[in-house]
Formats: sequence, structure tokens, C-alpha cells
Amino acid sequence: MREFNYYRAGSVRDAAKRLSASGNAMLLAGGMTLLPALKMRLNEPGELIDLADIGELKGIKLNRKGAQVGATTTHAEVAENVELRAAIPVLPHAAESIGDPQVRNRGTLGGSLANNDPAADYPAVALGLGATIITNKRKISADDFFTGMFETALGRGEMVTQVLFPIPQRAGYAIFPNPATRYALVGVCVAQFKTGVRVAVTGAGASVYRLEDFEDALTDEFSEVALDGLTASAASLNDDMHAGADYRAHLVGVMARRAVAMALE
Amino acid sequence: MDAKVSFTLNGRSVDAEATGATLLVDLLRNHFGLTGAHVGCDTSQCGACVVHVDGVSVKSCTMLAAQAEGRTVETIEGLASNGELHPVQQAFHEHHALQCGFCTPGMIMSALDLLRRNPRPSEVEVRDWLEGNMCRCTGYHNIVKAVRAAAVAMDEEAS
Repeated sequence: MREFNYYRAGSVRDAAKRLSASGNAMLLAGGMTLLPALKMRLNEPGELIDLADIGELKGIKLNRKGAQVGATTTHAEVAENVELRAAIPVLPHAAESIGDPQVRNRGTLGGSLANNDPAADYPAVALGLGATIITNKRKISADDFFTGMFETALGRGEMVTQVLFPIPQRAGYAIFPNPATRYALVGVCVAQFKTGVRVAVTGAGASVYRLEDFEDALTDEFSEVALDGLTASAASLNDDMHAGADYRAHLVGVMARRAVAMALE
Repeated sequence: MDAKVSFTLNGRSVDAEATGATLLVDLLRNHFGLTGAHVGCDTSQCGACVVHVDGVSVKSCTMLAAQAEGRTVETIEGLASNGELHPVQQAFHEHHALQCGFCTPGMIMSALDLLRRNPRPSEVEVRDWLEGNMCRCTGYHNIVKAVRAAAVAMDEEAS
């Protein structure tokens, strides 16, 4: 790892100011992706701004409308939260499927969303539930947030502070893990709201995306049978040493059905 | 640029100079001579470097030394007291849960975090929990046996 300056920010304002002022500073949340990437010299920041001491970025608040989760809330905290387990079980379920216990003890919601790894779990749940990502500057709907492989709508000097998850009537998240890495080869989140059903896919493409024909079919009838005859397109899906595009497209259909079955349990 | 890092290490207040990019595992091994935490992979997968920070297990190869400022760090070296092995260490010894021993400190620190959360884990729960700890001797069977035996021993000790 190349040398950098370490700075522990005291507030969101302090962190944002520091981030804007520096040409090559990066934010450090849990570090579960960033630190391994720095070891591989995939990035060479001049400074890491640690968010660990910022109290306003932590915590889980629940009301009738939804859950507000602070950006540096760890996966373990989301997975173990009793209120979330009751109100939006798909969220702690997804958090529990990330990495291993030690990664879940450090990794954070905001870090995962801002990183937007094409195989990450949280982006699928955020997009599936239609979450709102709150930054230090504005509110961004999940539909506009994930813009490409490891890319988001976050601008310079902008950071995720909170995430608002609406409460669905029912939801499920099913993943087919890569047998070696345990990352989602394909993961599908299905969420039913009064206004309709949302279906989001991770692992299969360059970035998380929605499947509109699946959504329409499930809005008409929320059952596995409603997906009969529907197949996901393999066009522009990832095709690599782990799986071909056709196989991933097939898995999208299987995982969508499993997610529906989970939602109906 | 070096900066001072102060934290509690196995019950003692300590401080050390560390650069921004110094990893916690390197500070523990090179500065404090605590070589129980091993570096097995450099990709945060193997778990040989697991220590506890503020009571929860973390991979010390994927945490900066500077991030330990003000925290409480516990390593495998802090488990035994007065020459007596901790029940998890004792169970690993009794059940032959180590072959080459490289993964053992991480396995024990990870297992201890599990047992503090779930005092009587099932075999499946132990195997799930140890997902982030690899044993390249593939001695998982006896490791799982040892963790479950340690659970019983710790229960009896507590009662």
C-alpha cells in the first residue's frame, strides 16, 4: 500500500470540506473494499478521511413510513436489528448475506452503495425497495443513484449520509453465490408495494438494474406462476470466467422466482 | 508522516507511532511483537489475522493502525490468564483442532466472538460463522467440534 495521510473527521461538514479541498482524498467508512483495493494499488489517494467518529452517520430509526439507516451503520448492525427484522426483513436478510462475520462487523451501508460493486447485495435491495439516498447536498432516488460499474450519481465533495427505505407489503432477496468468492453471481430483490412491484438485479450486469417485464407480470399477480414464460435478456450481461451471459440470464429468472417465494413465506 | 496511536491492547494502555497506511496487523506484529495474528492472504479472505476491536472480531489486515485510536484491541495473546489456557484454546488443544496451526489464532478469535453472541451454536451455525476463516489443512471437522465443546465448557465455567 502506498503511503497516505490519515484524517479522522469530526462531522459531516468537516469531512465534506476536507474532501472538496483536496484533489485526491477519499472517504473511509468500513474500508472492506477500499483497503483491499489500496493494497492492490488500484487507487492512490493522498488522504483517507475516516468517518468512524461521526455520530450523525450512525444508527437505525424506524417509523410507519420506513427505515432511516445512517451511512456508517455496519452490515452486522442492520442484520441484528430487531425492529428492521420485523418491519423490513429483506434488509437484514440481505445484510446477513454480505461477506463473512468480520466483514459485516466493519463494512457499512453507505460504503457499499457509494462503491456500487456490480455484484454487491445492498444496491439490489436499495433499488428493489426504491430507497432514497440522502447526501450532504440532496436526496437522490435509487433509480437515479446507480449509474454504472462502480459509478454513482455522487458528485465531487458529496457523500452519502442516510438512506431511507420504504416499507414494502412483501419482499424477498435471493442470491446464487459464486462458489469460490461467495459474491452474488446473480442476486434478485423483489418488493411489492401498493403502487406496484419492483424487481432489481445485481451481479448479472455492469451495475444493478430493474426488470420491467417481470415487474409488470408480478404487479398483475404476485406469484411465481406469474413469471412463467418470462426470461431475462442475456444482452449486455456479464460474460466472464465465472459464468456466461446466457447462464446469468437463466439465473436471473430462477432467483426472481425464489425471491417471490421468499416474499410469500 | 508518523502519528501517535493510543489504544488499549490486551488490557494495557499502549501507544505507538504509525504512518497513515500502517495496517493494524503490522503494528501488532512488528511494533508490539504480538505475532499470533498472521497475514495469510492480503485479500481479506483467510481470517488468520482476526483480532477483537471493541469486543467484535475484525480482520486486522483490513484495518488501519490509526483506526484503532481510542479503541480496545484484544489478540490471541490476551486470552490465557495466569498460564491457564482460555476454554476455546483448551478445546482446540483437546480436540486436535489444529494441524499446521497457521489459521488457529484467527479461528479462535472468530469463534470466541460467535460464542459471546450465541453461547450454544449448532454445527451449522458454527460452520456459517467460520465462513471468513480458512484452514488450508482442511481441518474444519475438528475445529467445529472444538468450538462446540468450548461452548459447553464456557457455559459450565459461567454457571
